[in-house]
Amino acid sequence: MGKITFIEHDNTEHVTEFEAGTTLMQIAVDNAVPGIDGDCGGECACGTCHMIVADEWFGKTGSIGDAEEQMLSMTPERAQTSRLGCQVRTTEAMDGMTVHLPEFQM
Amino acid sequence: MTISEKQTTVIVGGGHAAGALMTILLQKKYQHEVVLVGEEPHPPYQRPPLSKNYLAGEVDQASLYLKPRVVYEKAGQQLRLGVRVEQIDRDNKTIRLSDQSTLKYDQLVLATGSHVRRLRAPGSDLQGIHYLHDITDTDALREKLVPGKRLVIVGGGYIGLEVAASATKKGVNVTVLEAADRLMQRVTGPEMSAFFYAKHRGAGVDVRLNTAVTGFEAGDQGRVAGVTLADGGTVPADVVLVSIGVIPETALAEAAGLPCDDGIVVDEFARTGDPDILAIGDCTRHRNLFFEKMQRLESVANAVDQARTAAATLMGEEKPYDSAPWFWSNQYDVRLQMVGLSQNSDQRVLRGSAEDKEFAVFYLREGSVIAVDAVNLPVAFMVGKQLVQHRKSVCAKALSDPRTDLKSLV
Ligand SMILES: Cc1cc2nc3c(=O)[nH]c(=O)nc-3n(C[C@H](O)[C@H](O)[C@H](O)COP(=O)(O)OP(=O)(O)OC[C@H]3O[C@@H](n4cnc5c(N)ncnc54)[C@H](O)[C@@H]3O)c2cc1C
Ligand code: FES
Repeated sequence: MGKITFIEHDNTEHVTEFEAGTTLMQIAVDNAVPGIDGDCGGECACGTCHMIVADEWFGKTGSIGDAEEQMLSMTPERAQTSRLGCQVRTTEAMDGMTVHLPEFQM
Repeated sequence: MTISEKQTTVIVGGGHAAGALMTILLQKKYQHEVVLVGEEPHPPYQRPPLSKNYLAGEVDQASLYLKPRVVYEKAGQQLRLGVRVEQIDRDNKTIRLSDQSTLKYDQLVLATGSHVRRLRAPGSDLQGIHYLHDITDTDALREKLVPGKRLVIVGGGYIGLEVAASATKKGVNVTVLEAADRLMQRVTGPEMSAFFYAKHRGAGVDVRLNTAVTGFEAGDQGRVAGVTLADGGTVPADVVLVSIGVIPETALAEAAGLPCDDGIVVDEFARTGDPDILAIGDCTRHRNLFFEKMQRLESVANAVDQARTAAATLMGEEKPYDSAPWFWSNQYDVRLQMVGLSQNSDQRVLRGSAEDKEFAVFYLREGSVIAVDAVNLPVAFMVGKQLVQHRKSVCAKALSDPRTDLKSLV
């Protein structure tokens, strides 16, 4: 069990608790964090779970797969540390992480 | 009534649309009481995995749930599961439930979904003939998918084909019988149909097109032993899956006198003929600004987008439904993503080739992109989403030319 903070585009913070192994998308959805849709349920098929990981935490989120990269490449608010939340499986090492949400999803 | 007085919004049906609406209302901090009444014993769950990784046994049941039940309840939303809504009394604004209780509503949202179309033919009540719509159906079918068994799938739509892929992976011998002259005819163009035909044949599935089914042959103890065909032949079977489409669940609405026409008729704000009753998801025929016509869609995207529309309407925001529909399907190592509706296209442009296992078909009408089907090419889907949503005109040459960066077309 650890904590991850989601920060909405308007700076509203949501501090959530998570069990390692859950995806970032599912954590946001389970906590009704606005700004994360996750329409396809984590299939990397919809692109509605875009998140921007705080710089210092990005290295902990693993590598970006080819399908994810293609989806992200068309996301208007793409940043250096963008990820699709459903493709990031949390680990204990992510306790304390901060994740920013874009203004819009695709 | 004072503004601060709490009202009750009741959601009928506990599927994807209902679950999405609950979540959106939570996110938007909806002030009123929300009660969901669902016939199934589960909190709202995703059906797509039922023919994909849940059928294959790769994910567990809890992972299907949109969120755990406690999350809704902690937030003050009520779930009454395993209970069916039997009747709507519009005059008194109450509904009668299968446990004989009644519930008062101020706003009612119908999210009753659809049910499978049954094949009525001689032998159709034999044992071993399956349909696939809910968790129970999938659990029952999965048990029968034993290596070496013969599964015959009636219907070559995407659900039948996903099951074919999942079953083949498990070592089951699969036959697919399709009455039309190509697979997934209702949702995609001939190039995609041909690609999936080759894919399934290559995986060892016996796909038979132009093959109409007339009934089922009985074996021992009332069990199905074969599927009989219009040409007089029989395909031997240990298990049969019939997957020939769904019918919108409109009985409740019809009995209440709400306008229905192969779907509960709603406007672009998800409103039915009664100002206090909305309807969303598979059960609706909706006015979609995007198509500028009445449309019925069976997809998660539609369920979720209409839930968004309904949430806005409930909160007095009036945001019309005008998003381009999209869809996905997974079969073997193929990720198919589709956006728009391709039926009315007058030109098809291929990008890449099927042999490369990464390609897309762009469907144009009068020079504008109206749909895109992408195989293992997510970027084409994402570009397509934008082109379709904005009805962009593009040069067909640029679409097919591998040297043009797709992203530059948006
Ligand atoms: C096997 C399968 C695979 C699919 N794959 C995909 C896919 O890959 N991509 C995609 O976009 N879509 C897919 N779909 C379609 C998608 O799941 C549906 O479009 C979506 O579930 C529609 O949501 P809904 O809430 O409108 O209806 P449903 O999810 O059908 O939910 C309706 C619910 O209402 C309940 N109900 C009905 N009447 C009453 C009543 N009177 N009282 C109480 N409860 C009632 C029903 O029991 C049901 O639980 C798939 C569907 C299936 C079956
Ligand atoms: S939830 Fe659909 S891409 Fe992540």
